[in-house]
Amino acid sequence: MTVKTMAQFAAEEKQPEILFWVGCAGSFDDRAQKVTRAFAEILTAAGIEFAVLGDEEACTGDPARRAGNEFLYQMTALQNIEVLNMYGVKKMVTACPHCFNTIKNEYPALGGHYEIVHHTQLLQQLIDDGRIKMTGGGEFKGKRITYHDSCYLGRANGVYEAPREVLQSLDGQLVEMKRSKTNGLCCGAGGAQMWKEDENGDKRINVERTDEALATGAEVIAVNCPFCLTMMTDGVTGKEKQDSVMVYDLSEMIVQQMAK
Amino acid sequence: MLQSIIFCLVAAAALGYSFYQFRKVYANIMMAKAEAVEGPTGERWKNMILVAFGQKKMFKRMIPAVLHFMLYVAFVFTQIELIEIFIDGIFGVHRFFADGLGTFYNFIISTIEVLSVLAFIATVIFLVRRNVLFIPRFNKPEMTGWPKLDANLILIFELILLVCIFTMNGTDEVLQGIDPAHYPDTNLAVTSWLGPALFGGLSEGTLKVLERVGWWGHIAMVFVFLNYLPKSKHLHILLAFPNTYFARLGQKGQMENMPEIMNEVKSMMGLGDPNAPEPDMNAELPEFGANDVFEMSRIDLLGAYSCTECGRCTSVCPANITGKKLSPRKIVMNLRDRSEEVGEKIRSGNTEFCKDESQPLSADNFDDGRNLWDFISREEVHACTTCNACVEACPVLINPLEMILKLRRHEILTEAAGPQDWLPLFNSIENQQRAWSVSTSRTEWMNE
Repeated sequence: MTVKTMAQFAAEEKQPEILFWVGCAGSFDDRAQKVTRAFAEILTAAGIEFAVLGDEEACTGDPARRAGNEFLYQMTALQNIEVLNMYGVKKMVTACPHCFNTIKNEYPALGGHYEIVHHTQLLQQLIDDGRIKMTGGGEFKGKRITYHDSCYLGRANGVYEAPREVLQSLDGQLVEMKRSKTNGLCCGAGGAQMWKEDENGDKRINVERTDEALATGAEVIAVNCPFCLTMMTDGVTGKEKQDSVMVYDLSEMIVQQMAK
Repeated sequence: MLQSIIFCLVAAAALGYSFYQFRKVYANIMMAKAEAVEGPTGERWKNMILVAFGQKKMFKRMIPAVLHFMLYVAFVFTQIELIEIFIDGIFGVHRFFADGLGTFYNFIISTIEVLSVLAFIATVIFLVRRNVLFIPRFNKPEMTGWPKLDANLILIFELILLVCIFTMNGTDEVLQGIDPAHYPDTNLAVTSWLGPALFGGLSEGTLKVLERVGWWGHIAMVFVFLNYLPKSKHLHILLAFPNTYFARLGQKGQMENMPEIMNEVKSMMGLGDPNAPEPDMNAELPEFGANDVFEMSRIDLLGAYSCTECGRCTSVCPANITGKKLSPRKIVMNLRDRSEEVGEKIRSGNTEFCKDESQPLSADNFDDGRNLWDFISREEVHACTTCNACVEACPVLINPLEMILKLRRHEILTEAAGPQDWLPLFNSIENQQRAWSVSTSRTEWMNE
């Protein structure tokens, strides 16, 4: 598929409706790339004119900042803000709750003011507005689905309902884990843990969370974050349940079941 | 007369010494950096009323919430009785309001009695929960020694206080039948039957002694409590109010900006204010983040002093749940321990703690060769996933994550240390503007 970049829109002296902020995971991680494609496909199907930054995008700085490296965060964040302001970007959507949180809550202090939504929020809106329609039946109909709240969409920004409503449209059976919403347990990747070995302990955090997800008897674990996707997938594989339990991002589920 | 004099002396000593101790707590909190209190005041009052006064966050766990609420209401309500105790104590009168208020007096004191029974039950259950039932959050490594004793002492004080109240009122009820001139008639909900049941048949002399033991015991426990608070985790009964008021508003995901670094990076990138003065190249390198109480914010320290060590933060911490050393409660407790240590050393005036011995000892001229890293290990700080579960869990809105992130900032920015694993991450963001060092294009996902 081909998606136009902001540079191409600018060359045509046009503004897209919305900028899709892909993020590093969505750009470089094999598994997360599939989520990026799925979400781009949904945007296209909904008839939304959107752009990406392509190679003009830089890391938002979330992992650097949370590791404590404020210099690096400021460097990469200010660079992004320069680019975004140059293109006059107003509206954005991203499939990564870490990028979402940083751009929404932390870029304003640096001079970057944008209206940004997480892709699950946009998905909910598109379904509500009838811009994407679900086919009756489909792969997830009647399946037990459990939703894992990411910390940066959930507690960090208080978004709990939009993703659940999106899942409702799949006609599956939504089952909650023991710890969910404000009490949701982290997958273990936040705060730059994704890039380092665990400190000594008895158990990996993603294993703890996967055990809890599997205890619901769910056949699908739905996530909204590329890091949770990695952690939960690793957890399920570790339990050798990869053949019976799937880990999906919400957009991958919608794309499979929407009327094309 | 003699009793009045003794009462006035004891009261003055207790109030004076507690004031002196509270001043120390205040001074310790003020050692830290001022933090701008931003956002709507109405929101802050709302937080204080709902979270501190209304204990909203406690109700996430029903059993302790109900028990705690019983104790809390009894405690607040019993303070009304203190007014009379003070008047009786100072002027040597007995139940000053009983005759004047009549039925209303019975109503007030009866309410206190009923609440006290509930408080008694709650206290006993709390003691059982702490010492008999194995509740994991009360049995973490940081909950041995003083913190464990502290928790039990408060509950034992509470029991003594309640026993004194019932002794005082119960003997009074019996004495009303023996010496009505001296003991105004009351009809109290609990002691009108409990008094005769426990103390009926005792001699007048014994009853009078017991009544005084109850009265003095009650007020003595109040004074002990007041002086114990500043040293104890129980300080939360007061500081929960300012702490919920001053708690940062806004989204939990938002990390505090560091304008000094932002401005430096802006000028490096040619984005700075062209009229800004040239940075002084000879100036002493500033410290970033915090490795001691001085660089923490006053809101962090207020939080540390507001902590009642309930461990809700630790019980939801993903790192702690999976056996890592990190316990958010310990970080908060360590911050308070260190402020106590620094505060005492500064007040000692001992010049060996001076950074510059020619200057007087002060918060700005202090170096005892220790800092928060003597209390908190790197491993603890490195284990945090910044998931905000601890922040969400705290019933009085303390933010342990803020403290952890300030320690991380100090480690990386000031000490240029930190986990080796993060170096490739930093390098690839710096050199390739991406979190992983890969050479593919960001539009690679389009090719399938």
